[in-house]
Amino acid sequence: MSDSPIILKVEGLSKYFGGIKAIDNVDIDIRQGEIVALIGPNGAGKTTFFNCLTGIYTPTAGDIYLSDPRNGKTTRLNGKKPNKITEIGMARTFQNIRLFPTMSVLENVMIGRHCRTKALIFGAVFRNKATRIEETQIIERSYELLKKIGLHRQVNEEARNLSYGAQRRLEIGRALATDPFLLLLDEPAAGMNPKETEALVALIREICAEGHSILLIEHDMKLVMSLSDRIFVMDYGKKIAQGTPEEVRENPAVIKAYLGEDVDA
Amino acid sequence: MDYFIELLFAGLTRGSIYALIALGYTMVYGIIGLINFAHGEIYMIGAFTSFIVATVLSIYGFPLLAIVIIAAVAAAVWSSAYGFTVEKLAYRPLRKAPRLAPLISAIGMSIFLQNYVLLAQTSDFLPFPELIPEFAFMEPVAHIVGSSDMVILVTTAIVMIALTCLIKFTKIGKAMRATAQDKTMAVLVGVNVDRVISATFIIGSALAAIGGLLIASHIGQINFYIGFLAGIKAFTAAVLGGIGSIPGAVLGSLVLGLTESFATGYISSDYEDVFAFSLLVLILIFKPSGLLGKTETKKV
Repeated sequence: MSDSPIILKVEGLSKYFGGIKAIDNVDIDIRQGEIVALIGPNGAGKTTFFNCLTGIYTPTAGDIYLSDPRNGKTTRLNGKKPNKITEIGMARTFQNIRLFPTMSVLENVMIGRHCRTKALIFGAVFRNKATRIEETQIIERSYELLKKIGLHRQVNEEARNLSYGAQRRLEIGRALATDPFLLLLDEPAAGMNPKETEALVALIREICAEGHSILLIEHDMKLVMSLSDRIFVMDYGKKIAQGTPEEVRENPAVIKAYLGEDVDA
Repeated sequence: MDYFIELLFAGLTRGSIYALIALGYTMVYGIIGLINFAHGEIYMIGAFTSFIVATVLSIYGFPLLAIVIIAAVAAAVWSSAYGFTVEKLAYRPLRKAPRLAPLISAIGMSIFLQNYVLLAQTSDFLPFPELIPEFAFMEPVAHIVGSSDMVILVTTAIVMIALTCLIKFTKIGKAMRATAQDKTMAVLVGVNVDRVISATFIIGSALAAIGGLLIASHIGQINFYIGFLAGIKAFTAAVLGGIGSIPGAVLGSLVLGLTESFATGYISSDYEDVFAFSLLVLILIFKPSGLLGKTETKKV
């Protein structure tokens, strides 16, 4: 794994909200094909970190570079619009589910194909051949994805009527529809029962095996330890540890951040 | 009975025109939560554009049908250009500002456009050429329903169906619905929200321009000030139906048109606006979200 190319390189990233240092000088890198976890106690700045990566926040300082392994092009993401970043090849899901509630399952996924297709209003009005072919392709590809996430029997259901676990999977499906090479998952297993979590782990492995790299925030330590190749640990906006699951588990700084200082020691 | 049917059709015609304008209000509100007070002026500019184009073309002796079509297209394109520019100049820079700021900006735009047309054109009422002829097959019922009423009803119906299909089945329609439901998320799945918002303004403006052409030809005169009352009425209709809802805007417009028509026909024409706005007040008291609007339940 260590010889595959770096696809995400974050250098000295900081994000301040007034006097609060939500993220303070964090370096992170992710290689092609890795599953990397970002963990840390509540309020450590993990979601803010995601928001900086995806362009929702503009970082106060630092650089974010994304390299597409498919063509080797490196782009600096600072100041880019979120939809541009999605176009380059990074997609995300949210901690709290954010589907388009009154659109159908199929439509939710189709929306994700948007940035990969060309036709806009002209094509919509005149419906020329190219538009029709493109639309068929969108639907076919969306079906494929829905099959993978196991929702192909509910294509016409409104997204809000799905079960919780299914909604989470649909969010991942919608993110995949944008053809990302790096997928950011913000607490994908939150609120899931053990069976749903198991299915999720299998799904994440499958996505990774297909060549997507994954960066995930998660509190379920069993999931994190079994799934990730490497782990980064944040606390109070700073990166306090990194390494393989074994290294991180033994790291005294991590234990301190999670459990507090040992009084007897 | 004839009188009743006459009033019914007059009301539907009026309602159809309101609907063409109200759709612009409701679509823009649905997507960016802004009451675009300059929308009435876009409609007025549509009427003026079609007036100028129609007058020029009739001097050159074009056939009536060609005049109507060319004038409609010209008005739609020109008004769309205005709608697009207004959004870009007056609303886009304020997208992240508190909600009151773009609202004030919209009122400013409305006043600006009115005065711009006043200076560039005239303050007089201009006689609008009669673009819609009396059809021979309408002769037997002409004392109840005029040909222009019929044209307005049919045109509006076609436009509504086209718009519904656009929003339901096309990619841009999906993008519009997604943007209305969750703008941040739409951006994150790669939707270019700026472009979707521009498209919304363009579509709304084109609809208003067609409304401008139809009503001007129906009534027979135009003035720089017609956008104000029409805009307020259409806004009322949109609120009546539940602002943000497209079927709501159409329903609200028809209800408003019929109310005005029957009230003027059976009671007194002096109170036309009084009835319209009393209806608004009543609806807002008893169903604040409008006829088809969604009630927002906030989690405590």
